[in-house]
Amino acid sequence: MIPQQNESVVGIDIGSRSIELVVLDSGGPVRQVKVPTTFDPLGQCRKLMEWTGGMRVVATGYGRKLFAESFRLEKVSAITEIQAYALGTRYLHPEAKIVLDIGGQDTKVISLSDTGKVVKFEMNDRCAAGTGKFLEFMATALQVPLEEFGGFALGSDRRVQISSMCTVFAESEATSLMARGERPENIAMGLHAAIVQRTAAMLRRVGISTPLVFAGGVAHNLCVRQLLEEELRQPVIVPENPDMVGALGAALYGRNLDRSET
Amino acid sequence: MKLEILKHFEDIGERFLLDISELDGTDTKVAGIYCLFAPTELVRAAGAIPVSLCGKREKPIADAEETLPPNLCPLIKSSYGYAVTNTCPFFAESDFLIGETTCDGKKKMYEFLGRIKPLHLMHLPYSTTEPHAISFWRDEILRLGRFLEESTGQKIDRDHLRFQIRIHNRIRKLLERIARFQAAEHAPLSGLTMMTVMESKSFFVYPEKYLDMLGEFIAEMESVAASGFSPFEPDAPRVLLTGCPLGKGSEKVLRIIEESGGAVVCMENCTGVKGLDLLVDEEEKDPFLALARRYLQIPCSCTTPNIGRINLLDRLISQYRIDAVVDLTWHCCHTYNIESRVVGDFVEGREVPFLHVETNYSTSDVEQLRTRIEAFLEMAGCRSNVRFANSRLN
Ligand code: SF4
Ligand code: SF4
Repeated sequence: MIPQQNESVVGIDIGSRSIELVVLDSGGPVRQVKVPTTFDPLGQCRKLMEWTGGMRVVATGYGRKLFAESFRLEKVSAITEIQAYALGTRYLHPEAKIVLDIGGQDTKVISLSDTGKVVKFEMNDRCAAGTGKFLEFMATALQVPLEEFGGFALGSDRRVQISSMCTVFAESEATSLMARGERPENIAMGLHAAIVQRTAAMLRRVGISTPLVFAGGVAHNLCVRQLLEEELRQPVIVPENPDMVGALGAALYGRNLDRSET
Repeated sequence: MKLEILKHFEDIGERFLLDISELDGTDTKVAGIYCLFAPTELVRAAGAIPVSLCGKREKPIADAEETLPPNLCPLIKSSYGYAVTNTCPFFAESDFLIGETTCDGKKKMYEFLGRIKPLHLMHLPYSTTEPHAISFWRDEILRLGRFLEESTGQKIDRDHLRFQIRIHNRIRKLLERIARFQAAEHAPLSGLTMMTVMESKSFFVYPEKYLDMLGEFIAEMESVAASGFSPFEPDAPRVLLTGCPLGKGSEKVLRIIEESGGAVVCMENCTGVKGLDLLVDEEEKDPFLALARRYLQIPCSCTTPNIGRINLLDRLISQYRIDAVVDLTWHCCHTYNIESRVVGDFVEGREVPFLHVETNYSTSDVEQLRTRIEAFLEMAGCRSNVRFANSRLN
């Protein structure tokens, strides 16, 4: 139980796979929680919200509208993930010029101005190709736990070419490679490389600059990180809790609202 | 604020069908058209009544896909779907159809459409400025004239054509004036309402009555504008919507922009102001040449290079004091899709935020589009979320 502080604000990021919640007080984040979205995102939110009474809440993520409409609290508002990730990244890494967020269901690239404003952004939100969902499918196909998939791929001795980015076709491509006796580690590496290539193309469309911050759940994946650094020939900064950046940004937005009202 | 007169615009389709039914038993023919390139003055000069058959709903698409490939622009599939299922009352009323060789999808679709009803295809040159393109297009207009004369049994009289040219110019001028109300600091109409008003231009039987209706509307709008009324929040970003045509049934993107706090004060597309500033030269001795010159200037992405669109956008951005531009491309519309890059470079060069969205008529991507558009408006300086939060506090 958190002692109720008036200056506390809550940011909640309702994604397709998980819901993250950050409580912020004047000193910074004081609590960070992550729960699976399940088929009842509102029920999950309700549980998380039980002890936040009275605090300002800012929602982001694909469930933000549903949230804002269902919790008709006094101090509820909603912002897009783009803005949330921009704000969160700016707070953690004020020097960041470009943010890459690969989440469960979409990929975003956001370029920031010197003052941290969104200058341009790109989203892949049409299909699972190149997102966390893609990795999840492929890990399942290769029977590797998702959390270990990156490390597993790094055990490869050769990179096989995977040409399909469609989740369904890539799976059948992987299956036929396995049937030809290819090592599963090498196939995993090929799949990771395919994601990274696609992501790099998106980064180039927005315009690559440095420093680059890599956030979202997929940033936990070591292989994606490493390949991305190789492909872009520049270091990639991963925040300590890469999947909390959206919720943090939402909370920061709420804090600014509170300040502008007093 | 709800203007009584808006009802006339909302009901214009019904009105059209009623007026047409009263002409049953006469020789009057209805010409189904699909594009801004169809010279309606000529159609009227031959005594026929043009009506737009452009498909704007998802519903008939599945039936169209029995013949047409699924990876085709929804506008083409919807238009064909309505025809093949005979579920569009305007299609049912049409005695013959007029198409143009604009984009590849449409031009090949017309081959199938021609199996359902008599179809005259106009061959459109892709250059709009070359002298031989203009003379070629003039020939095509003459060829359409002969088709119309045969279909209606009525000779095209040059003086009557000149009369129709004057009427159509007047219609364009009045529509342009209506659109201009939105250039004011307090735009008096929502983009959705303006779309309904603008769509009326393809659904009238009697041009003189239509002119009166537009005139009355302008008079009413003047008092609304004078009152300073606007449906938008004072700080709503002023959005210009450009790209593929949209209308009632396919207004998804327009709706999301306005639901997200944007004010669509201008639409550059064919439903909006495209072509309203292009008048037919009334002084030109050869009315066919005058028509050819005017119609070839339509800044459609099917022509190349399409400088006219950039010039038009340039003017509209200043005139309507635009804060952000959204470019809509229907899935598989290659010409608008490719041209989006040209438009984007130009708009961003003017330091106006630019967003390209590609979608179709289905509602499956509404939430993704919403995120994209909301984020874009946030970026363009929309403060709707702050308002949203504040309104909860009041
Ligand atoms: S966009 Fe081009 S092809 Fe389509 S209706 Fe307009 S002028 Fe015709
Ligand atoms: S939107 Fe594009 S593809 Fe569709 S009919 Fe118009 S020009 Fe052709």
